[in-house]
Amino acid sequence: MTAGTPFLQVRDLKIHFPTDDGLVRSVDGLSFGLERGRTLGIVGESGSGKSVTSLGILGLHNRRNARVSGEIWLDGKELVSASADEVRALRGQKMAMIFQDPLSAMHPYYTVGQQIVEAYRVHNKVTRKQARQHAVDLLGKVGIPQPDRRVDDYPHQFSGGMRQRAMIAMALSCDPELLIADEPTTALDVTVQAQILDLMHKLQQEFNSALIIITHDLGVTAELSDDVLVMYGGRCIEYATAREIFQSPEHPYTWGLLGSMPRMDRPVAERLTPVKGSPPSLINLPTGCAFHPRCVFEERTPDGLGRRVLPELAEAGPGHLVRCHLPAAQRRQIWVDEVKPKLEAS
Amino acid sequence: MITYIIRRLMAALLLLLVVSAATFSIFFVVPRLLGNSPETLAVRYVGRTATPETIRQVADSLGFYDPVYVQYLNWLKGIFVGADFDTGAGIERCPAPCLGYSFIDKQPVLPELLERLPVTLSLAVGAALIWLVFGIATGVVSALRRGSLLDRSAMTISLAGVSLPIFFTGMVTLLLFSYQLEWTASGGSFTPFTENPAEWAYNLLLPWTTLAFLFSAQYARLTRAGMLETMGEDYIRTARAKGLTEKTVTVKHGLRGALTPILTIFGLDFGLLLGGAVLTEKTFSLPGLGHYAITAIPRNDLPAVMGVTLVAAVFVIVASLIVDLLYAVVDPRVRLN
Ligand SMILES: Nc1ncnc2c1ncn2[C@@H]1O[C@H](COP(=O)(O)OP(=O)(O)O)[C@@H](O)[C@H]1O
Ligand code: SF4
Ligand SMILES: [Mg+2]
Repeated sequence: MTAGTPFLQVRDLKIHFPTDDGLVRSVDGLSFGLERGRTLGIVGESGSGKSVTSLGILGLHNRRNARVSGEIWLDGKELVSASADEVRALRGQKMAMIFQDPLSAMHPYYTVGQQIVEAYRVHNKVTRKQARQHAVDLLGKVGIPQPDRRVDDYPHQFSGGMRQRAMIAMALSCDPELLIADEPTTALDVTVQAQILDLMHKLQQEFNSALIIITHDLGVTAELSDDVLVMYGGRCIEYATAREIFQSPEHPYTWGLLGSMPRMDRPVAERLTPVKGSPPSLINLPTGCAFHPRCVFEERTPDGLGRRVLPELAEAGPGHLVRCHLPAAQRRQIWVDEVKPKLEAS
Repeated sequence: MITYIIRRLMAALLLLLVVSAATFSIFFVVPRLLGNSPETLAVRYVGRTATPETIRQVADSLGFYDPVYVQYLNWLKGIFVGADFDTGAGIERCPAPCLGYSFIDKQPVLPELLERLPVTLSLAVGAALIWLVFGIATGVVSALRRGSLLDRSAMTISLAGVSLPIFFTGMVTLLLFSYQLEWTASGGSFTPFTENPAEWAYNLLLPWTTLAFLFSAQYARLTRAGMLETMGEDYIRTARAKGLTEKTVTVKHGLRGALTPILTIFGLDFGLLLGGAVLTEKTFSLPGLGHYAITAIPRNDLPAVMGVTLVAAVFVIVASLIVDLLYAVVDPRVRLN
């Protein structure tokens, strides 16, 4: 990571939920940094703790049922120890979120325009008319045709793609410096998906904000992200530039994700070979390497370490972090000799 | 929208016809089926002391020998053009709209109903205001503090509220606040609002609270359930992500979402109450529509009972029409057609 403290710096973030069945360790020691104008992709299967992480950064967990520890520095201010009101004042203003499934994330009883400017009106002193104009401008900016008319429509009158655009407009309402998009395109079909990703890229360049894109689909991050953080069982298992993640990934789980990546040049049926086995329980994570029950290379880890000892997140190259017991040289060998050829052949 | 309203109004009229025919059958035909002859029915109106000749005469002039549908149509006709009734002691005019003539009171029914309506209306409006404010507030607080001592006590009390009959709670409040503490009137008297608002409220305070207690309990539970549901919705998380205060999130987003079903139930409850809050009016001896109805029943004053029933039906039907129209205003996803 870069020298000095980046615009957003997360250090050893832990988010645990005590439940009747036991302690759910949804996020367990996550660290990363992000500068303005840069995009970080957080990738992992569903249930790996991605949404919990993003809600944690925005301070949206109920302090009564979530235990949050670690540090979240946003532009020099620490958020985990800050009061609820201090964090609230930053929400919507300095940091904003684009949610998955805009139909349920928008209130059915208020117009799109009202919902877009709600944050704007809370954080700025403006008249109703100015606010409305602001909503129209934003809707135009995110590519809604006839924004001055659509601004008074209700969410259910928008199509899925338009709704996601409106959701983006809502998040941009106060020019946030940190924007988190949680599965922004999951509910959309492929062509609309591409348009939305384009739009987000364009807007990010324009606003020079720090962008976190959360997705279970590496393909979504491929185009947009500068860096990629791969999450498994609430922890980071690989962190690298997007280029390295695609060209020289080092973690067996990342290899699996690459294999399951939807590819536009293949028919649908051939595209998906999901990682075998199911995601781990966050209450009883497997001992040792959390991925070991599903890892085809587990028996190659020296001394059966994979089953017994949690691997450290170690530097495998400049800015490239990997959590795996296999010696780096051996990993690269496996990637080049065994995995890469198979991915290319499929 | 306009065509929808017209269609709904037509449907409402039709429904009223059906209701009136059904009520008519129940009150006029069923006694016949139970073996009452036209003469025994007529006796109820003119009294046992009349000669068989007068009884037959009255039964005839009241149309008791006609087929049922003719009787019903005559009754309907009365609504539009009025009717004349032979009481045996002379002809009484019941001007249009004539909902029937009470031979026991020797009065047309409608003016009697209109005279009692303000009582029932006062009772319903006051109680509704109290229970809406109190019930919804309790429900919201209970939902936000789910599982707390406050929530559990509120829900226990409201369980009592929904299950205790009104004559019981009414008696208890009467004993406590009126006879023991002497804070409030003991019922039985009604002062019109236009005459003396303070006295109006003072006299109604106890019936209001008793009735409101019953409904508050129900509305608190409804609101609580609704709030628990809406506060778990995704749009609440979105509202919080905007940096809105918890109060705005709760009221503007949460309560707004939970209120819609409550509106429907409120409309129907209120419509029903306007037809007469029978038990409350009885318990506190308030001369309202409900009181009128239950006095009429043991006296076999069929036209009176029939009149109240019909008026009550009108209130319920109108209330449900208003609720439907309001629903489209309150929930933009509802299209009227
Ligand atoms: N409030 C909560 N209480 C208990 N467990 C939770 C809570 N929120 C999330 N979790 C659990 O945390 C895990 C990670 O969830 P999430 O971050 O939503 O995954 P994803 O990576 O699919 O976004 C899931 O197993 C989920 O059940
Ligand atoms: S540590 Fe062992 S089990 Fe875990 S990913 Fe690496 S090789 Fe697989
Ligand atoms: Mg998620």
